[in-house]
Amino acid sequence: MQTTLAEDKKEITHAIEQAKKQRDISISEFFTKNRHLLGFDNPLKAISTTIKEGVDNALDAAEDANILPDVIVEIKQTTEDRFLVTIEDNGPGIVKEQIPNIFGKLLYGSKFHKLSQTRGQQGIGISAAGLYGQLTTGKPVKITSKIGKTKPAYYYELHLDTTKNESEVSKEEIIEWGKNHGTKISIEMEGKYQRGKRSVSEYMKYTAVSNPHARLTLIEPDGTRIDYPRGTTDMPVKPKEIKPHPDGIELGILINMLKATKSKTLQSFLTTEFSRIGAGTAKKICGLANLYTNARPTRIAKNEADNLLQAMRKTKFIAPPTDCLSPIGQDLLKKSLQKEFDADFYTSIKRTAAVYRGNPFVVEAGIAYGGSLQGDSTAEIIRFANRVPLQYQQSACSSTKSITETKWKQYGLQQSGKNIPVGPVVIVVHIASVWVPFTSESKESIAHYPEIIKEIKLAVRECGRQLGKYIKKQRKVKDEAKKRSYLDKYVPVIGEALKELLDLKDVDERLINENLKNYLERSRKL
Amino acid sequence: MNEVIKKIKETAKKVQTKINKKQKPEVSIPIRSLSNVNYDPKVGYFELKGAKKVRALTVNTIKSFAQTLKMMTLSKQVVEGNDMATKREAYYVSKNWGDARFNEQPESDAVMDDIEAMFMVNREQLGFVPEEKGGDIAGALTVIDKDLTTGKEIEIDCTKFGSGAYSIPSSVEQLKFKTDAKFILAIETAGMFQRLVKHNYWKKTNSILISMGGVPTRACRRFIRRLADDKKIPVYVFTDSDPYGFMSIYRTLKVGSGNAAHINKYFCVPQARFLGVTPQDIIDYKLPTHPLKDVDKKKIKDVLKNDPFVREHKEWKKALELMQKMGQRAEQQALAAWGLNYVMNTYLPDKIKDTKKFLP
Repeated sequence: MQTTLAEDKKEITHAIEQAKKQRDISISEFFTKNRHLLGFDNPLKAISTTIKEGVDNALDAAEDANILPDVIVEIKQTTEDRFLVTIEDNGPGIVKEQIPNIFGKLLYGSKFHKLSQTRGQQGIGISAAGLYGQLTTGKPVKITSKIGKTKPAYYYELHLDTTKNESEVSKEEIIEWGKNHGTKISIEMEGKYQRGKRSVSEYMKYTAVSNPHARLTLIEPDGTRIDYPRGTTDMPVKPKEIKPHPDGIELGILINMLKATKSKTLQSFLTTEFSRIGAGTAKKICGLANLYTNARPTRIAKNEADNLLQAMRKTKFIAPPTDCLSPIGQDLLKKSLQKEFDADFYTSIKRTAAVYRGNPFVVEAGIAYGGSLQGDSTAEIIRFANRVPLQYQQSACSSTKSITETKWKQYGLQQSGKNIPVGPVVIVVHIASVWVPFTSESKESIAHYPEIIKEIKLAVRECGRQLGKYIKKQRKVKDEAKKRSYLDKYVPVIGEALKELLDLKDVDERLINENLKNYLERSRKL
Repeated sequence: MNEVIKKIKETAKKVQTKINKKQKPEVSIPIRSLSNVNYDPKVGYFELKGAKKVRALTVNTIKSFAQTLKMMTLSKQVVEGNDMATKREAYYVSKNWGDARFNEQPESDAVMDDIEAMFMVNREQLGFVPEEKGGDIAGALTVIDKDLTTGKEIEIDCTKFGSGAYSIPSSVEQLKFKTDAKFILAIETAGMFQRLVKHNYWKKTNSILISMGGVPTRACRRFIRRLADDKKIPVYVFTDSDPYGFMSIYRTLKVGSGNAAHINKYFCVPQARFLGVTPQDIIDYKLPTHPLKDVDKKKIKDVLKNDPFVREHKEWKKALELMQKMGQRAEQQALAAWGLNYVMNTYLPDKIKDTKKFLP
């Protein structure tokens, strides 16, 4: 059937209108439908996700500008079910022109394709929190930012126009702000505030453990102020970006890379776009794949790309470089634990880098034991991925599996079967990688790769051995004390009994007590 | 000096000498269990073999070592003062020992048993007496005891207790006897004793009836032994037909036990013979039975394998194997199935007619 030109035009217009409408709905609807993926599935989680996104951004921004981060989080209750969440940092600030974009555009901006260790694999950023706030309270996002001592501080109130996916400035003014530089963002939202497990304060405490260079402050709705002091003034080493390692590559990515490359030949494509491929190796791969070394990458067909991939799979490569990773560090991790937990014993370990599917990763572990830690409950397990605390899905995580599959009795803790050990103990596991494999979209637990589990087990067990040594020593000290009190109690009884049995004098009794005590103190046998 | 006091002092002196030489003081105590006894029918009781455990004074053992010495001082006081202390009283005396006090009576009893074994004496010689009743006597016997205030001899006629009975005291060494009885019948249950007393069974048979009330106490065993030795009277034992009656009661009375092996010499009655109820009686007298309990089955298996007494006497081995095969046990009172006085009029006369058939 043929259509007239007019009809055709009408249909096109209709389609465009439709598309506009779809777009209208899309952002807010996408958000509403996917709340759970973004961490806003319940009022409790909404506040903690907002704080997570805000603190991550603040830490990243300060570190980028080589500034030791100071981050203040404040939560104020405005009505029964509404809270005003404010995150303030001392980062480099945002230039005036960019401020409105932060809210509108960040929804697309992402650290997603960068191959280096970043925090920002959690959710889709602070903009989602702003949108959530606007959807639940209608209130704008409030941003204050200053980029230097001599520059003014700008205050903005922003609304997101979901039609255009752009922010609308509803207020803009210059204000007094007693800070040289930094950013402050406030979002009012429906929420719920609680203490205890998986709470905001737990998140802040854990973040302080994994970021000893940061000073954090939390002001809770009732006015309680909790300070998490800095443990070091050394900035963490900035992770470098790296090229993909051939061991981890997949066909789709390889085809995209072939299309996008500026290299003129296959050989130079291999040597420049991947890490750990030199000219010799590149030639060998081409030979194995039956491709010319000077073939144009953009003209490689799909089946040829597959051959290329198979050839790469057959080739052995040096492990990827590890300067793309920024672990906390063995000493700093221990220091962090000392700072945040009142215990008697601390230990930590950093493993050397290892590789899973071509991705380099480093595992660190630490243990705090005794002191005021709770003794009759299961161990507190703190999991980090790229310095970000993982607070949910503990049982599904590689870290938990590695801990429960370790025999803790040999290290002096109680444990029934393959369960989490019991005792006054905190166990920390940090995995740093350019690509942390999470089990699901919510990114709360690490997938069970044998290479990762092996590394975590080795790290945790090394800490366990140190703990075991300590506990053994403690027991010995305790036994010694017990022995002494035993002697004090019962030696005089023996002296007294012998005195009565043999009609001895006081001096004989004293001699017996002295000799017996000396003899028993020397004997090591208990 | 009293033998016990001498032994206590010797031990204490050894401990003192070792301590002052800065050496490890120790005491050795015979191991008291069936695995450490011999049985020879000519000797008549379970004799200790040589195995001993040495208790050295270390930090770990210092508390029980101190308690042992304190218990010895108590024994010394009691014996020297011609007094006595019950086991319960000894336990309460320890409450005065500060940290060395006992928390429960079984602890002080165990220390007492250790001292007994250490010196190879019985606890009465140490000045300690049990709370338990010795046993009841009725029949053709006059017991000669002393009046506790005047010290004069008094005669107790056991025929004059009517439907009641004379109670064996906890210490029997000072007693003397007058009797012309033909035999002593030691009975397991008070119920059976009552029936025989009520119907003057002792008068009809010129016998002495003793109610043991379960496993006979040391005093009861010693009483029977002294009486039987002194007056050369045979001892017949009448219990339920089950491993408890055969072993825990009869064998303990006759040859002693593994646990008290150090004192069996005094507390055995080698001349005792087992009248019944035997497993064969269950068949011969068609007695109503109960199935053996699991503990019974286990006990039979155990004694067949480990008890030196059973190993020595084939008759007992056969009897136990018969019971094992039947899988049934019977009580003394089961004889009442044939009439309340069947036991007196038929069963006992029947049995006593032919004492050769008694089990050894």
